[in-house]
Amino acid sequence: MEILVCVKRVPDTAENEIEINSDGTDIDRDDLVYSVNEWDNYAVEEAIQIRDKVGGTVTVVTVGDDESEEVLRREMAMGADKGILLSDGAFEGSDGFGIASILKAAAGKGNYDLILTGAQADDGAAQIGGMLAAMLDRPYASLVNSIEVVDDKTMKIGREIEGGNQEMSEIQMPCVLSIQTGINEPRYVGIRGIRKVASVDIPVHGAADLAVDASAAGSAGAKVKRLDYFVPELGEGAEMLEGGMEEKIDKLVELLKAKGGLK
Amino acid sequence: MAQLFTYIVHKGGLVDDTAAELALAAQKIGSGASVTAIVTGTGADLDAVCQQASKFYSQIWKFDHADLAYPNAEAIRKLLVQLLPSDGIFLLPHDTFGMDLGPGLAVKLKSAYTADIIGIDAVEEGNLKIVRQEFAGMAYTHVSVDISDGVVLTFRPGSFQSEGQGAVNGQIVDKSSEIGELNVNRRFIEIVEAETGDVDITKADVLVSIGRGIEDQDNVEVAEELAEAMGAVVACSRPIVDAKWLEKSRQVGTSGQTVKPKVYMALGISGSFQHMGGIKGSPFIVAVNKNAKAPIFQVADVGIVEDMLEFMPELTEKIESA
Ligand SMILES: Cc1cc2nc3c(=O)[nH]c(=O)nc-3n(C[C@H](O)[C@H](O)[C@H](O)COP(=O)(O)OP(=O)(O)OC[C@H]3O[C@@H](n4cnc5c(N)ncnc54)[C@H](O)[C@@H]3O)c2cc1C
Ligand SMILES: Nc1ncnc2c1ncn2[C@@H]1O[C@H](COP(=O)(O)O)[C@@H](O)[C@H]1O
Repeated sequence: MEILVCVKRVPDTAENEIEINSDGTDIDRDDLVYSVNEWDNYAVEEAIQIRDKVGGTVTVVTVGDDESEEVLRREMAMGADKGILLSDGAFEGSDGFGIASILKAAAGKGNYDLILTGAQADDGAAQIGGMLAAMLDRPYASLVNSIEVVDDKTMKIGREIEGGNQEMSEIQMPCVLSIQTGINEPRYVGIRGIRKVASVDIPVHGAADLAVDASAAGSAGAKVKRLDYFVPELGEGAEMLEGGMEEKIDKLVELLKAKGGLK
Repeated sequence: MAQLFTYIVHKGGLVDDTAAELALAAQKIGSGASVTAIVTGTGADLDAVCQQASKFYSQIWKFDHADLAYPNAEAIRKLLVQLLPSDGIFLLPHDTFGMDLGPGLAVKLKSAYTADIIGIDAVEEGNLKIVRQEFAGMAYTHVSVDISDGVVLTFRPGSFQSEGQGAVNGQIVDKSSEIGELNVNRRFIEIVEAETGDVDITKADVLVSIGRGIEDQDNVEVAEELAEAMGAVVACSRPIVDAKWLEKSRQVGTSGQTVKPKVYMALGISGSFQHMGGIKGSPFIVAVNKNAKAPIFQVADVGIVEDMLEFMPELTEKIESA
């Protein structure tokens, strides 16, 4: 099976305190720790497991700048066979529709039975997978948390819905699925693994190679534009307990007693 | 103003809370405009849902069809593409159904798409200015959306709380005869209900809930000791279940359990809307987080900026020595 997995390099929200820069045009990107979008690791792991079972290849692809190459290498160190970087100044300012159009063009250069994305990106909107599927006219399912390959045309999939219930469906290939966390346990990638793929060639494609036109990608084509980042005026928020650890604990114990939090 | 439409999510013959919320959001966009609610399904349940929806909408389009018995987003997308005007404004909840339907629908309608909206800032000719969050709620943004060729919008559940409005008494129009071909290559089989675990966190009065801040599986024990000292039950956020450190039945949130404790102590949890969406009944919320800017401090009653790994054993000791 030929599998394409879309991955994105994002600021790691578990590792960073996200702050907004002084003029509100962006978040403060100095000293940010970046990593692969959490959901995408699960997608790549799933692709690798499917390939190991039924054969084929796993290709990882990203739309980004030069630095995004590092996430492709990381996913190749996990076990993906190939990486493709889609990078061009003309892609800057793309909205979701633009990113999906670029990925569609890249998908068209291969013969993929299955395309996986993450369910959402930390700075995204849970949209790329569904857009890509519609552009390619392929069936789609989001929030997939189980995949069973039935035969070369059919898969049985589970979608995670409200309450932790699972919606089981049959879907025809070729198709696009967005992957929810928890579907598997992504394997650990050590420094040695990264080193092994350090010199593997990763092709870069731009707007001309992909024949993506300016009306589809880039800021000119974007119907959705981020205007600013801001700090909203919020209510009072929590009463913050001050003082040293011991003081805070004393206050908390009093509060817990009053609220029925201690038995 | 372009025509406004919403999709009504329902289950077991009951409309979802988002039906009223979307009515409110639609009013904000097209003040005074009539809004059409689209309801799909079959039989008596569908009729009941149409009745309930008519409290909030001036017009209900009812679609009764065997292929719509289960809300398969692929089939519903086909239906909507047959129906909706190309410059329409279509509102959906940002839930597991809206995420499944919205992006592909926008592509097929050649409309703009904006997801997970929490506020509407301005409505102009052919343009909307909306409010969203990024980075797990750590940053807010204004986004401008060109709606001149129509738009599909999804709204975060709970962001537009209706203040009990709703006596519109809308008209229900049966549009079932207009349903075209609905064949799709994704076929619904069944719902597998979530497994019940060893403890029922939905029945607990006091929950000690741990998130990614717990850092390591070995530290889960430290939280268990604290819970025991407090007479509480351990719950958690999603990453703890994904890592298989606790059972799925311990997960609080939209894709986990809905809990109604008296006291909810959130340790190392950032406060994502999917997590907070599982906490009902306005409990007393205590948040412990090492990041003073964590979004959870906006919704907690009491906040403590500390490393939970140092905090938990000290609190346990204090309670045990009392
Ligand atoms: C469709 C869908 C459904 C979802 N359903 C759910 C759901 O039901 N339940 C759920 O919980 N999530 C759900 N999620 C995931 C949700 O979006 C968040 O990713 C998740 O809630 C984050 O969990 P967290 O707060 O534990 O982790 P993070 O967001 O990573 O936050 C960890 C927090 O711990 C703090 N921290 C780190 N170390 C320490 C320390 N030593 N001491 C103190 N604080 C520390 C950090 O400052 C941070 O605030 C869902 C997502 C999707 C897309
Ligand atoms: N720039 C990108 N390059 C490749 N894949 C992406 C990109 N942006 C988003 N995706 C994919 O789409 C998924 C959902 O992202 P989003 O719709 O932005 O929330 C991610 O998990 C990725 O799989």
